[in-house]
Amino acid sequence: MREMTYKEAINLAMREEMRRDPDVFLMGEDVGIYGGAFGVSVGLIEEFGEERVRDTPISEAIITGAAAGAAVTGMRPIVEIMFMDFTTLAMDALVNQAAKMRYMFGGKAKVPMTLRCAGGSGTGAAAQHSQSLEAWFCHIPGLKVVVPGTPKDAKGLLKAAIRDDNPVVFVEQKTLYKEKGMVPEEDDFIIPLGVGEIKKEGKDVTVVSYGRMLPRVLKVAEELEREGISVEVVDPRTLVPLDKEIIINSVIKTGRAVLVNEACKTGGYLGEIASVIVESEAFDYLDAPIVRLAGLDVPIPYNPELEKAVVPSEEQIRAGILKVLNR
Amino acid sequence: MNTISKEILREMYKRMNEARAFEEKVSYFFARGMVHGTTHLSIGQEASAIAACMALNDDDLMTSTHRGHSQVIGKGIDLNKMVAELLGKYTGYCKGKGGSMHIADVEVGNLGANGVVGGGHGIAVGAALTQKMKNTGKIVLCFFGDGAANEGSFHEALNLASVWKLPVIFYCENNQYGMSVPIDKTMNIENVADRASAYGIPGYIIDGNNAIEVYTKMKEIAKYVRGGNGPVLVESKTYRWLGHSKSDAQVYRTKEEVETWKKKCPIQQLRKYIIENNVMDARELDEIENNARKAIEDAVIFANNSPNPPIESVTEDVYA
Repeated sequence: MREMTYKEAINLAMREEMRRDPDVFLMGEDVGIYGGAFGVSVGLIEEFGEERVRDTPISEAIITGAAAGAAVTGMRPIVEIMFMDFTTLAMDALVNQAAKMRYMFGGKAKVPMTLRCAGGSGTGAAAQHSQSLEAWFCHIPGLKVVVPGTPKDAKGLLKAAIRDDNPVVFVEQKTLYKEKGMVPEEDDFIIPLGVGEIKKEGKDVTVVSYGRMLPRVLKVAEELEREGISVEVVDPRTLVPLDKEIIINSVIKTGRAVLVNEACKTGGYLGEIASVIVESEAFDYLDAPIVRLAGLDVPIPYNPELEKAVVPSEEQIRAGILKVLNR
Repeated sequence: MNTISKEILREMYKRMNEARAFEEKVSYFFARGMVHGTTHLSIGQEASAIAACMALNDDDLMTSTHRGHSQVIGKGIDLNKMVAELLGKYTGYCKGKGGSMHIADVEVGNLGANGVVGGGHGIAVGAALTQKMKNTGKIVLCFFGDGAANEGSFHEALNLASVWKLPVIFYCENNQYGMSVPIDKTMNIENVADRASAYGIPGYIIDGNNAIEVYTKMKEIAKYVRGGNGPVLVESKTYRWLGHSKSDAQVYRTKEEVETWKKKCPIQQLRKYIIENNVMDARELDEIENNARKAIEDAVIFANNSPNPPIESVTEDVYA
């Protein structure tokens, strides 16, 4: 174990997988000598050269389409799309091509590609560089969707994504890039896709959260613990496939659920998690209506105070937890 | 002077007749509502597709289009599995899940037809990247139409492939119309191939109804691309005799125009060439034609006798 940042953990995951498997390569805008817009791929071109760390033109559609084509013919490409917002330019390649090739060809193709992108607000980059669009991808059968919330998870999940034989959308959280945590350095440390984790055990209320909101939720949970309220924090880590069991079991235990994410509320993934709970036996254990704390249904604004107001704050998370406890 | 072997010409004539017979049969099925969905027929474009495929090696790769029946027959295909797929049967290429627009056989390098105009560009570029990175010596034939030449993916693909010198032939089958709209209303230039200069790559215009010309030029072009010189853009001028899809009343063009192109029938042109050059006589060619029709009839029998996909298969193969 070594302390490192979320960004370093992602870098290490790519480095290890590229050392292990010559078919793994990285392509994207400015991923070479620049090291990626957020510095995630720093040093990779020095180790692996231009052939395997490929700077591309600003052409999201073809970078993503080419990843699908390379994947279906035997490579394991990692694509970096600089901002998650720019996946809009790659939608045909991802949604109509990569996600569907296996099914529509009768199971005779596999598309082992990983699309990394940076999601979320909080950097003052405004409406076109700050979105959390993960729910879109969850709605497409054939794609897997991962949103790591800690450096350790980022490393273990990215290695699993690269080794997976399906297209995986790996949503990195910009504001977590510099967050530090202990990360296993073993080459075989993998976190399987579809396995959630209880980030903090508790018995009074379940909070399901992922990505950028996770540290915020954990901070509130620790505070409430000191006040005598026992909060269980469940991180699904992968949204597709979703570890339904871990969520359902936690809600059965606590009888109360608060769901927290950064993305817009309407049509967001929290609605899916809420449905998983109420469609399961956990419904019978619910002592209060489920509380959803999500981003406001607005584009991300520029002014820092406005920007902050869009996503759930610690105060709002605290209030949401108290509300579900009728306190 | 004939430089193409008899074996190649025989196979080319056979595949072109199979494609014609296949599509006439499909047209017949659709007209009678015997299959569902839609289909896009390439009757009139057989030389453009088949001679191009045959100029490449068997283990080269290709991406096909929504109007791709001739293209995949050109690559070499099991007609039984193809007809079965059209009829939605479990024995089809895609186990009945793809249909007319998604015929694929990834193992032999047919990376699939595509329901999205311009959707194959990225896949072809990526496949070519694999060949270059793995140094396989194989090349990729990327079929698309004049309509796809106006998609953004066309620009991004040619730009990236030219910068990275990827072994891919961008092969535009210009059949004069994007569904109903003629190309002079969608492009401000006469030839798609003229765009090659914007990417610093060679552009070629070929007569897509002349199988001999297509084959001969594509042999040279394939050699150039295989030599590590980067991509090329080829424009094959041709024409589809039938409507865009099964629901097309063809109000956008005249019967005279269609008749003019029918006089340039690619199969009749090849037949004439073969006879005039004493490669085969009319009797031999008739036999090939009859066998092609018989092969399609046999494939229909195979497909009709094949099972439908089991309902349980509906959730299979979403993920690997």
